[in-house]
Amino acid sequence: MQAIPAVMLMPRNLLEVRSLRVLYKVHRGDVKAVDNVDLSVREGEILGVVGESGSGKSTLALAILRLLPKTARIADGHIYYKGEVDLAHSPENKLKEVRWKEISLIPQAALNALNPTLKIVDHFLETARAHGVHDRKWVIERASKLLSLLRLEPDRVLKSYPHELSGGMKQRVLIALAMLLEPTMLILDEPTTALDVLTQRFILDLLKDLHAKTNITMMFITHDIAVIADIADRMAVMYAGKVMEVGDVYTVFKEPKHPYSIALMKSIPSLTGSVEEMKSIPGTLPDLVNPPPGCRFWPRCPHAMDVCKKEEPPIVELKPGHLVSCWLHVRR
Amino acid sequence: MPLEPPLMEVRNLRVYYPVRKGMFGGVAYVKAVDGVSLVLNRGDIFTLVGESGCGKTTLGKTIVGLVKPTSGEILYKGKNILKLSKREYLEYRRNVQIIHQDPFSSLNPTKTVFQTLSFPLKRWGIARSRRDLIEKVSELLSLVGLKPPEDFLFKYPHQLSGGQRQRVVVARAISVNPELIMADEPITMIDVSLRIGILDLLLDLQKRFNTAYLFITHDFGAARYFAAKGGGLIAVMYLGKIVEVGPAEDVIHDPLHPYTKVLMSAVPVPDPELSRKKKLLKLKSLDIPSPMNPPPGCRFNTRCPFSKPKCEREEPPLIEVRKKHWAACWLYAS
Repeated sequence: MQAIPAVMLMPRNLLEVRSLRVLYKVHRGDVKAVDNVDLSVREGEILGVVGESGSGKSTLALAILRLLPKTARIADGHIYYKGEVDLAHSPENKLKEVRWKEISLIPQAALNALNPTLKIVDHFLETARAHGVHDRKWVIERASKLLSLLRLEPDRVLKSYPHELSGGMKQRVLIALAMLLEPTMLILDEPTTALDVLTQRFILDLLKDLHAKTNITMMFITHDIAVIADIADRMAVMYAGKVMEVGDVYTVFKEPKHPYSIALMKSIPSLTGSVEEMKSIPGTLPDLVNPPPGCRFWPRCPHAMDVCKKEEPPIVELKPGHLVSCWLHVRR
Repeated sequence: MPLEPPLMEVRNLRVYYPVRKGMFGGVAYVKAVDGVSLVLNRGDIFTLVGESGCGKTTLGKTIVGLVKPTSGEILYKGKNILKLSKREYLEYRRNVQIIHQDPFSSLNPTKTVFQTLSFPLKRWGIARSRRDLIEKVSELLSLVGLKPPEDFLFKYPHQLSGGQRQRVVVARAISVNPELIMADEPITMIDVSLRIGILDLLLDLQKRFNTAYLFITHDFGAARYFAAKGGGLIAVMYLGKIVEVGPAEDVIHDPLHPYTKVLMSAVPVPDPELSRKKKLLKLKSLDIPSPMNPPPGCRFNTRCPFSKPKCEREEPPLIEVRKKHWAACWLYAS
């Protein structure tokens, strides 16, 4: 029997973000919201992106689909999709082919984005029309299939107005809308944040089930590391516009290597572990118009050395797939 | 027999909000709080947890006098707060302070930190001259961790981060040295890495000044941290009622009421192995009944995996199942 070359066993990178920089213009200068970020999304995986507000996680999502607000611009870098298209530099007509048909986004607080005057069925038809699909019958069939997959009654829900649905139902409608045109990848920005405990659990289990059935690639963005532990295959920890650590969830949770990841995990009041060991991270988030030189975390880092204050740390691969951007792990 | 009445006592409190049904229909009532009793003494920590719509915020607002109860009594040092004399009412108002959820809207954007914090000091005659005021306000700012105070005194809210603003709100609440602080979701809008810092600050005040807290949250992790560190109780609310009360770690790790058990099985934990191994207790129904028309008997019976015929007929009382750990469930009563 012939050995299969290792490269063929490696999951393919569906999306590759390379040296991406996104700036927001404000009167004081430029907010460096995403600064020199490298991140890959593998085909068929659930990648969790965790970070506090201002870490750049939502900006990253918007940049991938080029849906950034007018005050923002991609200053540098590439976003390769399927190894061929560079979304960072594609013209609008090319982006239109990717949005919703290849990559869909469920933005944060989208629960309130449904038009209160339109029935759910019209949301589906409208979305399809906006992307050049006019086959009414196909849209309704596909919508019904997705809604049942998400354990909603298609007939009742399609006829409803948004106000007639609960938060959990609306969130499921949004997931179905995002999946309408059979995209390869779904970006979910804080999809369970506004939901109650039991609804959150239901949506998380539903997403896992959906992932198992369709093998759709997901990028799951949240500030809640417990949710990442529950659903993701791999995770990226972001802080102040930078990716600090990337790895599979079991490794990162068991042996976090970046001082920020370690501190973040200790700062969550959770149901497990001793309350005595939980601690907040001293200091505050840096000003991203004038970020500190060197590593962005050094003003709050318990291990900060001289080099951290001067030079940006390189990315170090500790184990295959476990990447850390920290001087502590640079062998010199 | 205690020598003096408790700081705050709530007896069989009900708060119903009227809503009109249809254009010509009659009036129905949302039973936000429906028969709650509790006692708070100096230095006590009482944490109310529940999902949205369970009535926790209404209960908190009623206790601090922002909402009028439909029936039942709220006693401040043994006196009904609706029947206080003007002078007693002022004392109650001063001694019971509030921290709201949103530090962005609970500070006046046109006032500096100094103006915001000196107002209550002047109002209650704690400091009068400008020099005294600056000294006292600086002291408060240091106490809440805004150091050096000179850097913050003359800043406006928009110049502060969310965490810093919430610290100013805390400073304002403690400026008059209150006996009780009602904190409604005080860390929900705060950055994750700073949340425990705010909770520690509140706990520190409990230790130093024996401040009592009524802490309201939807976050079981935060409730556990606050109550466990402060040696307090966690109470779980469902559809206007307290269904379980007990010491923090007992309620979290060994819940009695089926509703609490279901919730604990559903909350993700920051450990991939544990979180995925957790067995979800299946509910009979995901739908929360309308608070306008709660089910008869136990309110949880329509969703409870353990419900029996009795649960549909009779309402279970809160009984002490274990030491200081109460639950309102027929599983534990006969």
